[in-house]
Amino acid sequence: MTLLELRQVTRVHGTGAAAVTALDGVTLTVAAGELVAVMGPSGSGKSTLLNLAGGLDQPTAGTVVVDGQALGELSSRRLAGLRRRSIGYVFQDLNLLPALTAAENVALPRELDGISARTAHGEAIAALERFGVADIADRFPDDLSGGQQQRVAIARAFIGPRRLLLADEPTGALDTTTGEAVLRLLREQCESGAGGVLVTHEARHAAWADRVVFLRDGRIVDESRASEATANGDPMLSGGRS
Amino acid sequence: MSVKLGLLALLDEQPMYGYQLHTTFKERTGDTWPLNIGQIYTTLARLERDGLVEPAGDDGDGHAIYALTDSGRDELRRWFATPVARADRPRDELAIKLAVALTVSGVDVREVLQTQRTATLRDLQDLTRQKREVAPDDLAWLLALDSLIFQAEAEARWLDSCEERLLGSPAYRNGVAR
Ligand SMILES: Nc1ncnc2c1ncn2[C@@H]1O[C@H](COP(=O)(O)OP(=O)(O)OP(=O)(O)O)[C@@H](O)[C@H]1O
Ligand SMILES: [Mg+2]
Repeated sequence: MTLLELRQVTRVHGTGAAAVTALDGVTLTVAAGELVAVMGPSGSGKSTLLNLAGGLDQPTAGTVVVDGQALGELSSRRLAGLRRRSIGYVFQDLNLLPALTAAENVALPRELDGISARTAHGEAIAALERFGVADIADRFPDDLSGGQQQRVAIARAFIGPRRLLLADEPTGALDTTTGEAVLRLLREQCESGAGGVLVTHEARHAAWADRVVFLRDGRIVDESRASEATANGDPMLSGGRS
Repeated sequence: MSVKLGLLALLDEQPMYGYQLHTTFKERTGDTWPLNIGQIYTTLARLERDGLVEPAGDDGDGHAIYALTDSGRDELRRWFATPVARADRPRDELAIKLAVALTVSGVDVREVLQTQRTATLRDLQDLTRQKREVAPDDLAWLLALDSLIFQAEAEARWLDSCEERLLGSPAYRNGVAR
């Protein structure tokens, strides 16, 4: 089942001589159970792609379909509802609300879903626990380290029954082990039926995905897929050309 | 690095016979370093010839047991104390290929880089999948896989930096020599 579909999506910022084509006719589908990584140099259109997929921005041309619904055809209220219910988003600049504690930040989307504050709080603590930061639940974002803020932002995206996870450089401020733990959880979530798009410039992190697409100047120029597992386990690897 | 030193390290823990060494070696390095039993026996013969191991009886079922000699032990200490030389890396072939590509007119070097990047990422994906399946307490195998993963990552980063330099150079336009 397809969770996300971009059909010939183009996004042009500005007009006339100042126009910048940030995304240029991109077609991409993400199925349930699949994790797709997007790589590319700075300015190649990675965040633009993710913003369009998450309904935070509208394409100049083309169609974005999430969970079977074409975003362009939804009223802004229905779009906001779909975003809240179906999409977990980790922003490149995190976007935590400074006036709310870590737990309140994580619980907020669930409360907006209409569940009780108590239940939402319980879910928030559980989500923080999964990312190893339950101990800072009552602190405010400004009093957290970069890596802690990052994990709170990820916990917020993972809470509730969200089926499409969109993450923009979610491992930037994390050390090797914590970064890996986040990717492991992202994969687990995908393996249990979600779909994920991971934007990263780190090859080691992109390698957790089933597919890696390469963006250049707003276009997909190549794609890498893990090889099929062989019958008797994984292919024997020599670690490169030899 | 040689199989030779790997076997010396295992024999330092306890004397063993060939098949036992083969099994233990596989347990320690996972499948990252395939080695057949024949290689074990030829290596043992060479180690014995060089005085680094010596026969130490048999296990009762006719398996010849080998033990480390003093000079074998010295050899092992020296190995641990010496950094591994970064020579003969497969990347050298790649560096030469790119250097040549830069000078051959009409070659889209950016395309050469991307082809390589995709291949490297695929290797990384395969290694990462192997790593996902390793039991968390299998530290030896995890470390061995990590080593391959970080090497592949270094290559990917180097390719990125090549592309940046290429795009920043006035002598090339979109990756092709002007
Ligand atoms: N609001 C905007 N107005 C004008 N141009 C924009 C706007 N947002 C993005 N762009 C341009 O679109 C292009 C793609 O930007 P985008 O943020 O998608 O890149 P990115 O791949 O995420 O880069 P990075 O790795 O630096 O985060 C860039 O040239 C950028 O300057
Ligand atoms: Mg970005």
